[in-house]
Formats: sequence, structure tokens, C-alpha cells
Amino acid sequence: MEIIAKFLEKNGLVVAFLLVGIIIYVSGIVSDKLTNKKIPASAIAILIGLILAYIGGVYTQGEKGIADIKIFSGFGIMGGSMLRDFAIVSTAMGASFLVMKRTGWVGALSLFLGIALSFLAGVVVALVGGYTDAISLTTIGAGACTYIVGPVTGAAIGANSEVMALSIAAGVVKAVAVTIGTPFIAKYIGLNNPHTAMVFGGLMGTTSGVTAGLAATDPKLVPYGALTATFYTGLGCLLCPSILFLLMKMIVG
Amino acid sequence: MIIYGVAILAFCFVIGQLIGEFLGKAIKVDANVGGVGFAMLLLIILSDWFNKKGFLDRSTENGLMFWNQMYIPIVVAMSATQNVRVAVSSGFIAVLAGLVPIVICAITIPFLANLSKNTQLD
Repeated sequence: MEIIAKFLEKNGLVVAFLLVGIIIYVSGIVSDKLTNKKIPASAIAILIGLILAYIGGVYTQGEKGIADIKIFSGFGIMGGSMLRDFAIVSTAMGASFLVMKRTGWVGALSLFLGIALSFLAGVVVALVGGYTDAISLTTIGAGACTYIVGPVTGAAIGANSEVMALSIAAGVVKAVAVTIGTPFIAKYIGLNNPHTAMVFGGLMGTTSGVTAGLAATDPKLVPYGALTATFYTGLGCLLCPSILFLLMKMIVG
Repeated sequence: MIIYGVAILAFCFVIGQLIGEFLGKAIKVDANVGGVGFAMLLLIILSDWFNKKGFLDRSTENGLMFWNQMYIPIVVAMSATQNVRVAVSSGFIAVLAGLVPIVICAITIPFLANLSKNTQLD
């Protein structure tokens, strides 16, 4: 038993390839037989991934889902930011430069609007939750952007650890909810073309949520959403601890 | 050769991410700003240029397409490493602070999308 565990741990990445292959195979069957292809196989596979992440998290109390269990640590490499970004870049192969150029300015607008709206919504929720100081409000508002903007902002303006944890949690909730929700709301928001996908990426911003959600909706849309979403976290880290924090300080004193 | 395709992709990745890192430094942000986006634009321009020159043969392109096809499996692995426990067990405020922005932004999407479609007609 120990030999097997050691072996699986040592060859983590290859094991992850095998397991993800099995997950996608099972998802294909479920999509086919149980949902009559109404829910795409990729959406089911991503959902299985999230469930595994939950199980892993509960089992180990760690932060990296299933990858915290040693024999599944390869998931951390396969799903880590390096390979993820590498694969996202490759999706640009099928993308149209013309569409990106045409939608470019709306994409940029959607970035600013997305950060402002998410921040504002986060601040309002924090106010309802009883937080009144500018630092906590800003940090939670930043967390409502993405789970990276939250802690970066919090660290920059000196938030306490409870508020930091809260802002990270808000960002994680957002990423998971966008992942699961995108295929379901796609119909209602007209998310079936590259233009809307670019606006979607800019407004939602969470790279993992946007790319996974679009992959589950229509893989052809991934490069467009990813193109704008990739600027979101950086822009959020720029705006939240500076302009938006000063604004909050002016308002709540 | 397949490795040429993978190397082209790696070249775009490295240059794009470096631009993102330096841009982050330049505007004093502790994050990579748009690295993936720059890499994607570079890949689009390069592959277009290689295509015109006739450098992209089938197997070189396969090196690129492999990663293109690996995208969804990688996303599945990524979702399996998300901190879902925190998302599920976090308090009321965290859940609301995550969900309310999504709803508001989702409502905004059709308006912004229409804006871009109108300009297309000009």
C-alpha cells in the first residue's frame, strides 16, 4: 500500500493526466445518458472537479482542494497557473484578431466598469454586515473583484487578518459561482458570440471562473473572455488600494 | 516538427508574461498585468505571419493544437484544486460579497455587448 502511495505521489502529474481523463470520460457518459446532452460534458467534468476539491479541502483542511492529498498532488501541477496560462494562450490560435480589435475599447470599458461595480457591491454587502471603517470596506470590496485583488489590497492598506480571510473567501465564492453559473445564465445574457465573451471576461474578471465557465458554455469563446479577464486582476490591484481606497476614506472618514 | 509548435507557444508565453510582469512593476502593482493577454496577441500575430510565410506545417501546428485541446482537462484539474471548502463554509457576508457582484455584472453585460455591436455596423 505504501509503495503504491509513494509511487502515485512521485509521479503526480502523470497520475493527474490519467484521473482527469477518467473524469472527462465519465462526464461524457453522464452528459449523454442522464442529461441527454443538455448539460455539456465539460461542465459536468468541472463540477466533478469542484466536488473533489471540496472533499479534499474537508479531508485535509488545506487550501488547494484535492491537491492537498499527497497522492493527488499532481492536480496542483496540472491545474496550476503555469500550465493553465500556457493552455489559455494556445486557445488564441482559433481567435479572430479582427473581433478583438473591434471589441477592444468596449472590453477596456467593461474592465473598469467590472471592477467599479464589483467593488461597490462588495462594499455595500460589507456595510450591511456591519463593517464601517474604510480599510475593511475597501478590502472586502476588493475581494469581491477577485481572490487575488482582495489580499493584495488588504496587505497594502493594512487590513486585519479576519477581514483579509473574508475578502479571499468572497473572491473564491465568486470564482466558483461564475464557473458553475455561466452555462446557465449564458442564454439570458446573450453569451454566444466573441463580442459578448470579451465583455463578459472584463466584467466578471476572475480568470479561473471566466475561463472555466466559458469552457463549459462554449470552448470557442474561451480566448475572447480570457483576453480581457487577464487584465482584470492587475487593474484591480492598481485601483483598489489607491483611488478606490481614497474614495472610501473620503466617504466614511 | 511538433516541438517547433510547442516552442512557438512557449516563446509567446515567456515574452507575454514578462511584459505583464514589467508592466506590473512599472505601475507599482504586485501582480502580473495582462501577461496572458499579451502572449495571446503575440501568438495571433506570429501564427498569422508564419502562415503567410508557409513556415507552419501540419506537425508544427499539432504542437500548438495539442495544448489547445488540453485546455479543458487542465481547467478540470484547476477546479479540483480550488479552495471550495472555504467558498462553501464561509459566512453569509463572504457568500453575498461573491454573489452580488456577479448578478450586477451579469445584468450589465447585454448593455455593453449591444454597445459593441452597434459600433460594428458603422
